[in-house]
Amino acid sequence: MQQIEISDINAYYDDYHVLNNVSLSIDKGHIVSIIGPSGSGKSSLLKLLVGLLLPKSGTISISNKIINYTNKEHLNYARNKTAIVFQQYNLFQNMNVLKNVCIAPYKIQKRKKEEVEEQAIKLLDKVGLKNKLNSYPEELSGGQQQRVAIARALCLNPEILLLDEITSALDPELVKEVLDTIRDLASEGMTMLIVSHEMVFVKEVSNKVVFMDEGVIVDYDTPHNIFESPKHVRTADFVSTILR
Amino acid sequence: MDRLIQELPSFLSIWNIIFLLKAMGVTFLLSLIGCLVGFSLGTLLAIFRKTKSALLIPLRILIVIYTEIFRRIPFLVSLLLIFYIFQIGKITDSLFIIAIVTVCLIATAFISEIVRSGLESVSQTQWDAAKAMNFSYYETLKEVIFPQAWKVILPPAFSFFILFIKDTALASQIGVMELTFAGKVLNNKGFSPILVFGTVLILYFILSFPLDRFGKYMERKYATN
Repeated sequence: MQQIEISDINAYYDDYHVLNNVSLSIDKGHIVSIIGPSGSGKSSLLKLLVGLLLPKSGTISISNKIINYTNKEHLNYARNKTAIVFQQYNLFQNMNVLKNVCIAPYKIQKRKKEEVEEQAIKLLDKVGLKNKLNSYPEELSGGQQQRVAIARALCLNPEILLLDEITSALDPELVKEVLDTIRDLASEGMTMLIVSHEMVFVKEVSNKVVFMDEGVIVDYDTPHNIFESPKHVRTADFVSTILR
Repeated sequence: MDRLIQELPSFLSIWNIIFLLKAMGVTFLLSLIGCLVGFSLGTLLAIFRKTKSALLIPLRILIVIYTEIFRRIPFLVSLLLIFYIFQIGKITDSLFIIAIVTVCLIATAFISEIVRSGLESVSQTQWDAAKAMNFSYYETLKEVIFPQAWKVILPPAFSFFILFIKDTALASQIGVMELTFAGKVLNNKGFSPILVFGTVLILYFILSFPLDRFGKYMERKYATN
């Protein structure tokens, strides 16, 4: 069953054509990783799904509903189904860890405060940060902030988790702690769309891999085919460069 | 010094004290109304200016024109302009109302710019994170942006308010009997300028000091994490 269906999407930043006739289907429970050089449109594809970038043409359907991103109700639907973790964590600097995780479920989803807090504490425990509930983002390391951001996204109970280069702002020793968290989530069957440069990780956790270049999906195949026997020259070049 | 001591009992007559307190009340009201209206409307204008809706483009252009004009022309010129517009338009003869309208227009323009720069100081990533979690524009401002922007907004806002109390002295130029004008009147009556304007200085200090302390308190309360 398809959970995300993207058809012939074109999107722009002013005059810059960032996504060019992009089409992609993602099955429920699958983990799809997006790889490609910088500026290839990987992050823009994720931003598109949560309505931070509006498509100029084409259609996006999430859980069998075609989303009109200019319609508030549709936008709410898309944002309720998805949660995004940003490269720079984007934690709210004025809130402590617990509030960062609880604010949206409590204030926006109008769930009960006690229930939300209980879930938030469980999630923070899961990502190894139960002892940091009252810390502010500036008091945490990059890896810790990123794990709070993951807990915050999960507390929204999304059907689809979007991870945008979540390790690229981290020191190498912090990458492992974040990837371990994602490995655990991957084993739980959540649909995930991951933008990453961690090729070993991508190979290990993904059901399928998308290779993007200059706003176009060049390849969409299994990790084995992408990394071992890529169909396109451009994919082969990229993979050989990055695995060198 | 002897002259000052000699004049002091007659200077501190009931009539003079009431006269100065009334004038201080006018300065206080001009400042208070200017600060309150300026802060409320200025914040509102800054919020409108930050919106992205195409429908609000004409409003945003008007706000930019208004703030840029009123921030650039001297207080006295604005005051005289409003004074003559009100005179020619026969809107009101009340000099106090003319002064109030002027101080509100000026304070709104300045505060709008201070609040706008405070809002701009918060990273776009905070807006994006809130949007992606379905926060409305109002909720994003209330929960995420303003709590982070206060530390940029409050110090210049309170500095402006304190300068503003002093600037209200210019209302005397159209005949509003505020503190400085009252000082001039007493000086013209023959009291020593040192005694008169020393007293006026103390009264201005009495008006502005609590505001300064209040500003510091607000900064401690809202401008830190």
